Amino acid sequence: MRRLVLILVPYAWLLALFLVPFIIVVKISLSDVALARPPYLPQFDWAEGIGAFLSELDFENFVFLTTDSLYWKAYLSSLTIALVSTLITLCIGYPIAYGMARAPEEWRPTLMMLIILPFWTSFLIRVYAWMGILSSEGFLNQFLLWIGVIDQPLTILNTNSAVYIGIVYTYLPFMVLPIYAALDRLDGSLIETAEDLGCSRLSAFWLVTIPLSRNGIIAGCFLVFIPALGEFVIPSLLGGSDTLMIGKVLWEEFFSNRDWPVASAVAVVLLLILVVPIVLFQRNQQKQAEAEG
Amino acid sequence: MNSTVFAPWDDPDQKPLIRFRNVTKKFGEFVAIDNLTLDIYEREFFALLGPSGCGKTTMMRMLAGFETPTSGQIELNGQNIAPVPPNKRAVNMMFQSYALFPHLTVWDNIAFGLKREGMEAGKLKARVEEMLRLTRLERFAKRKPHQISGGQRQRVALARSLAKAPTLLLLDEPLGALDAKLRQDTQFELMDIQEKTGTTFVIVTHDQEEAMTVASRVAVMDEGRIMQVATPDRIYEMPNSVYVADFIGDVNIIEGRATPLEEGQVRIDWAEAQPPLFATTSARFDAGQTCYLAIRPEKILITADQPQSNDNALRGKVVDIAYLGNLSTYHVALADGTIIKAQTANTRRIARRTFTWEDEVWLSWTATAGVLLDR
Repeated sequence: MRRLVLILVPYAWLLALFLVPFIIVVKISLSDVALARPPYLPQFDWAEGIGAFLSELDFENFVFLTTDSLYWKAYLSSLTIALVSTLITLCIGYPIAYGMARAPEEWRPTLMMLIILPFWTSFLIRVYAWMGILSSEGFLNQFLLWIGVIDQPLTILNTNSAVYIGIVYTYLPFMVLPIYAALDRLDGSLIETAEDLGCSRLSAFWLVTIPLSRNGIIAGCFLVFIPALGEFVIPSLLGGSDTLMIGKVLWEEFFSNRDWPVASAVAVVLLLILVVPIVLFQRNQQKQAEAEG
Repeated sequence: MNSTVFAPWDDPDQKPLIRFRNVTKKFGEFVAIDNLTLDIYEREFFALLGPSGCGKTTMMRMLAGFETPTSGQIELNGQNIAPVPPNKRAVNMMFQSYALFPHLTVWDNIAFGLKREGMEAGKLKARVEEMLRLTRLERFAKRKPHQISGGQRQRVALARSLAKAPTLLLLDEPLGALDAKLRQDTQFELMDIQEKTGTTFVIVTHDQEEAMTVASRVAVMDEGRIMQVATPDRIYEMPNSVYVADFIGDVNIIEGRATPLEEGQVRIDWAEAQPPLFATTSARFDAGQTCYLAIRPEKILITADQPQSNDNALRGKVVDIAYLGNLSTYHVALADGTIIKAQTANTRRIARRTFTWEDEVWLSWTATAGVLLDR
């Protein structure tokens, strides 16, 4: 009985906060756009019964997504941006995590603090700050002009580069922390053993350090990739008109076009795309827990 | 028979495999190794024994190449090894934690060093299988380290460090993580493997029993210095200082003033109202010099009546009995309060024990039973 209650609590939570809203979104995606409030039809009517209600639902909006190249281009571009920024984040985050794990014991809490510190400020304000840094009269251009590296201001803001910078900056802690956790657990004598058995410093790193921090790398990559794929704020604030990301398309369908059914269809497809990496991530976490337990 | 005894250290023609020459190692201000000179010979099973922080692990890490001496020189086969990095030394080390690669199977762990050498596949397979046989791990080759027991892990670590057939194998507290029973079995296994492979072993341990069991020679260390290097029996029977006598096994130390008599006999006056003690020694003692008589508990005879023949006899009362199963240690308080430990083998059942608490007893030993030390 007690076990049943214990299981019921998280399931009720999941039902209320994920499944019910998701079913509503699916339902809207199967509806037709209408000049009404809310802006779609059919509405469920008790008098007509469930059969009549269901018969009006169709997959028209999903078919529409395939006819307009905007959508699949946006999905593809989002995947590319998410993938590339995940790789950049990994390349920057791994050395940071490695440095933290190798730092003297008494320094580590401070370094950890510095990684977490940005979360104390609103995400939106930090992205706005990047606008100030990256704009043509911004700090970065002024600095580069001052030291004489460039003589014309660079156009960074409102390009894809600004989006990459924004995503990498925002999600860097999500990459650093799991890798740091993995490297921190790494027994230093394993590296010495590898050297003792004939490895150079570099091959010991490739053969021992990298494989043993693999779970951290995988966790970090998913933690960056998954939110970056659906990212909306960063491309709309830092990106330009040619920055195509599905989060932005979704927002425009909802609020500019007021086409809720198509927007919902976009959201459902995005979720289906995300299910794959989320499941893979969960399996990685589970495997790690099993290996340790 | 005598000619087959393994004792290269007594042979002046033998060249040592390892030579520490006035080696000093400092970590900042802390002196870990203090001007140390030591020779280790080929095929030896050499034990570095000492309390934690005595510098024994530092010595081993210098041999493996993870530390370099601050001054002095370490030679391997006559070559200074200071400039050789660890991955280029014909020396392998077995770490205290075993340091098995958790992401590799037992087989791959053992093959790790061989693969780095670029050994050809067929030879590599044969070598790994030979190592698996030697350590009786054939059945576990496909397992990962977390799927085998502590004793098996220890054997994997051993097989891995032996696979490259090093000139010298270093073992850092190799049995530290095993329970007492397994430890004993493994000690003999280790000796067996050392004999079979003919590799020179240097073992670091803080367990004196382990050092005594496995080693051909033992170096007792304290605060970065070697106190004594000798075979286990000499370390035990003829310690050169109170520190060594006290570190190895149980001992009674009686401090007194020496009066040399004829033929290496020394009279020791050690307490008012107690009869003087007599000891035989080859060392020279001046009249009135402070000396220490080290006498092992098992060399002291405990009797109810005054013994007639023994050189030394003291009277006391049993205050404590430590029953160890095979042995009993009696703590006997003399009239002046000094406690002397005497040990007897329990050849009879405990119910028929001769002495019990508060019994008046005589302790006696011969002049040659103890060792007279000057420090």
